[in-house]
Amino acid sequence: MVPLSWYIGLSAVVFCLGMVGVLTRRNIIIIFLSIELMLNAVNISLVAFSHFLNSMRGQVFVFFIMAVAAAEAAIGLAIIISLNRNKETLNTAEINLLKW
Amino acid sequence: MLLQIGFLYLATVIVFCALMVILSKNPVHSALFMLPLFFHVAGIFIMLNAEFVAAVQVLVYAGAILVMFLFVVMLLNVGKEEGGKRFQSNWPITAMLGIMLTGFLLSVLVSSQFTGTNGTYTIEEVAKLGNAQAVGKVLYTEFLFPFEIASVILLVAMVGAIVLAKKKLD
Repeated sequence: MVPLSWYIGLSAVVFCLGMVGVLTRRNIIIIFLSIELMLNAVNISLVAFSHFLNSMRGQVFVFFIMAVAAAEAAIGLAIIISLNRNKETLNTAEINLLKW
Repeated sequence: MLLQIGFLYLATVIVFCALMVILSKNPVHSALFMLPLFFHVAGIFIMLNAEFVAAVQVLVYAGAILVMFLFVVMLLNVGKEEGGKRFQSNWPITAMLGIMLTGFLLSVLVSSQFTGTNGTYTIEEVAKLGNAQAVGKVLYTEFLFPFEIASVILLVAMVGAIVLAKKKLD
């Protein structure tokens, strides 16, 4: 029997790895992938709680998180495509037109 | 015992793939490392008696989101990072912050009791109905309004993605 704290521990580790990826990398595609990593970590945590508390609400919430993650990935990638059309780079350090 | 070994295998592969996603030089490698991660997260969902969510995870994440990412990466012709710099200049501080946050979260978890009001869908009752039907029973009664809102969100995403990414015909 796997205790609940193992699942939450795994979720915490993956979430922190995703957070470090968002804050550290320069390439915008990898920043987006790290955001998806964070969402997956939260999904693991929600389904674990749903199992251990004998409830279905965790799984329904995971359903909604996946729908929103798909919508956000679609729009984020469309933004990256139009950004690339204007600036021809994927390096976030070079997208600095608003910098004073 | 077997369940614990299974969980340790899934957790090891998930953490390894997550590390390789944030550390790879090539963005295509990062996107491809997400694929075993999605499948092993679906394995964790199956271990937690959530077969419907596991199937939706494989379909949506591995089958739609990752394919979209790979389309965009191939469309933009992203090679290896020219210039070689993977990380921003603040990476030691952020890495230390990540390690501190992980340590803090894990230390809180080890010494905490998780309690909450038990729901009514025990494992036996869900096994009688089937997991998809049990999710449907809750989704279409208690969460009907968020379900309709989710459909509006997807419509907005479709319209927005097309408007943002299409070429201007002039």
